[in-house]
Amino acid sequence: MGSEVGWKVGGKQGEGIDSTGEIYAIALHRMGYYVFTYRHFMSLIKGGHTNYKIRAADHVLRHHGDDVHVLVAFDQTTIDVNWPELVDGGIVIYDSSSFQAKKPDDRDVHLLGVPLTEIAKEAGNPIMKNMVAIGVSAAINELPPEEFRPVVQDKFGRKGQQVVEANMTALSRGYAYFQERSRVRFPLPAKPDLQGKDHLYASGNQATGFGALAGGCRLLAAYPITPATEIMYWVLQHFPKYGGVVLQAEDEIAAINMAIGANFSGVRAMTSTSGPGFSLMMEALGLAGMSETPVVIVDVQRSGPSTGLPTKTEQSDLNEAVYGTHGEIPRIVLTPRTVEECFLLTAEAFNLADHYQCPVIVLSDLYLGMSYQSIDGFPVQAVRYDRGKLLSEEELAQLAKSGYQRYDASVADGISPRALPGQKHGRYVALGNEHNGTGLEVEDQETRVNQMRKRQRKLAGFQHFTGVSVEGPDNAPYALVGFGSTWGGLEEARAALAEAGLTVKHIHFSRVWPFPEAEFHAAMDGVRLALVTELNATGQLKQLIRQQAGYHDRLHSCLKFNGDPISLREIVDSAYQTFPMGVFN
Amino acid sequence: MATMVDYKAEKATWCPGCGDFGVLNALQKACVNLGLEPEQVVVVSGIGCSGKISQHFGGYGLHALHGRSLPAAQAVKLANRHLTVIAAGGDGDGFGIGMGHFIHAMRRNIDITYVVMDNHIYGLTTGQASPTSDVGAKTKTSPAGTVEQPIAPLQLALAQNCSFVAQGFSGNIKQLVSLIERAIQHKGFSFVNVFSPCVTFNKVNTYEFYKEHLVNLDDDPTYDPRDRVAALRRVAEANNILVGVIYEDPDRPSFEESLRGYPAEPLVRQDIALQAADYAALLETFR
Repeated sequence: MGSEVGWKVGGKQGEGIDSTGEIYAIALHRMGYYVFTYRHFMSLIKGGHTNYKIRAADHVLRHHGDDVHVLVAFDQTTIDVNWPELVDGGIVIYDSSSFQAKKPDDRDVHLLGVPLTEIAKEAGNPIMKNMVAIGVSAAINELPPEEFRPVVQDKFGRKGQQVVEANMTALSRGYAYFQERSRVRFPLPAKPDLQGKDHLYASGNQATGFGALAGGCRLLAAYPITPATEIMYWVLQHFPKYGGVVLQAEDEIAAINMAIGANFSGVRAMTSTSGPGFSLMMEALGLAGMSETPVVIVDVQRSGPSTGLPTKTEQSDLNEAVYGTHGEIPRIVLTPRTVEECFLLTAEAFNLADHYQCPVIVLSDLYLGMSYQSIDGFPVQAVRYDRGKLLSEEELAQLAKSGYQRYDASVADGISPRALPGQKHGRYVALGNEHNGTGLEVEDQETRVNQMRKRQRKLAGFQHFTGVSVEGPDNAPYALVGFGSTWGGLEEARAALAEAGLTVKHIHFSRVWPFPEAEFHAAMDGVRLALVTELNATGQLKQLIRQQAGYHDRLHSCLKFNGDPISLREIVDSAYQTFPMGVFN
Repeated sequence: MATMVDYKAEKATWCPGCGDFGVLNALQKACVNLGLEPEQVVVVSGIGCSGKISQHFGGYGLHALHGRSLPAAQAVKLANRHLTVIAAGGDGDGFGIGMGHFIHAMRRNIDITYVVMDNHIYGLTTGQASPTSDVGAKTKTSPAGTVEQPIAPLQLALAQNCSFVAQGFSGNIKQLVSLIERAIQHKGFSFVNVFSPCVTFNKVNTYEFYKEHLVNLDDDPTYDPRDRVAALRRVAEANNILVGVIYEDPDRPSFEESLRGYPAEPLVRQDIALQAADYAALLETFR
């Protein structure tokens, strides 16, 4: 077998599909493999089709993969829906205690009925059919049942040793049943050498929460919303140990205003949300920009517009992040490409917010946020602290002699130093009205223009380690271009294209605003055609590039907006259609 | 010790005779009486004539969005529990666009004081009906008279079991000072509704009107502000036209007291940098 296996379990929502996938994924991870998971679910609690995909390999994975080798089906719908992903020669394990499976067509796929519920019943409880399925999968993937014990222990230990043993029995019986009856096997590759590697298992949302804590955030105000709520869960679990506060706000408007209030007081604070909540935050985004109060907003994008597809992924909030709110404010928009960057860029967002005294938006999405994956550690050494221009009481006392001006428009870089409530000699009012240097509401034209220029000046010539990354040969005539979570898929597609003889580079944005213009021009050097791949219907990144950098005749779009993450095949096919094979090479 | 002079800020831009002058004055006086230095006090205000109070107060201020003073004020306090935090705004700001936050601030019971300058009218936008306008009030947006029932702020607060409820009148500064003092001293969320006449756009709810009709609970030694049911009855009987401490529950734990892990020292003074041991423990949770 090859160097990887695609496994999927599916059934009705509420049947324990998620926990089956989770147990299998964590077990594979702890055995030393690299996994990447993707949850397909619906916005309801019971019923509807749900599935959990695991791709496992001996190297780091950045995409859930196109292929399924092993499908565990608890109903016929699972077979029908996932049939196209099954490879020729793949195997479907279905619960023959509850239905008789039918092939949608006559492709060469093994359909094998296993009485999962029956075996579970014999082992003590029909609810353990999921553990029987894991046992069967272990047999197909040639994994010894005992290797699952630590995960089973973790999962069921709280319920007593008896429950742990019953589940292990169910698992072993499923294993034995398959061993005796079938020869179909999809063995995993040899375990990779993990020496010197910090083999971790995390989702983008967890990494975002971790990044916030590491970055010094001590107040999260948020309203529950899929797919961002897991950030809140992680933070709730860990913040109290560090004196941090989590506020469940009454709505997203309250959430962002709370985050602004805490930042005004000098505490690093953020809010996390998804599209609908982000829309509600637009007015307050302007307040942060106008009052020059730092704030960090994480938008885990989902399919819009309006309520859209609440449990499906998309990258369609780019315009809103870059342009949203009435009037004009300075802002920074970061687009992490990986779980590791969810950590590092969220931590860094707090430095940028403090340094530039403006809102910083971290644009993640459901795919990156909710997919658990194995990584080689978090870049904790790269975390730094820059509180920006904060004044001490001594400095304020000095400044008080000539009159401290919180919004002094004469500063060259536009960033005027902050005082914090409680400090002597620093009293001022932060406000959303246009104001003069001391923070008084004024409406005269000269002050207005000076203050607008001051705020806009803050990001002039912005330089930062985020921006544009380039993979592949410098002189490639073709480029795949994307932002944020599509990095893994595009990188893998680039490698596949290179193997097929198509020289392509991969240009990717980890920051879209301030637009990294110079870096993008450098990356585009020699590129004759670029395929801008993004998960939205109108090509928002392509529009932004055209507006900021040009290349009107060279940019083509690969768009997807049906709710599913983009597949490797879709990128590769789109590349073949866009890039003339052998013409420019 | 700070005096009124230390609180002196820019001259207020309200119309001469505006009730908000009295509220500002009472708020400053209450802070002076409590021995608060101006830099220890933060006024977070909304939008409207009343919202300008943060700029006139003389302490730190956050002149927030229309209707959003409460969310911001609650977080200002959580970030630095040593500060005295006053949220302030008008009836349109607090009971119209910002009503949702009012209810939830009472639920949460964070130790801040909310002062509403209630003039039954939108003043800064030159005279439209407000959420507390009386039925029949003729305004620019209700030329034939308001047909909606007014918000009943005190009953609302009592129904939501707000831990401190008072009502004052900007024509009675002495009492208002004492009400605000008690509100600030109350541990938990305190609400002070103030009848603050608009002399330009409201010719009905005037100083004279209140002087004539107000019932003063201070004149009733038998009134027990610890009895919430009696308070509801009293407010209803007076048809809201009463002043004094309506209700207080000094024993209710505040949000800060109830929150797991919330430190005694202000959050703003915490060292934010994680150490190697912190990272080791955190990374362990990802294996």
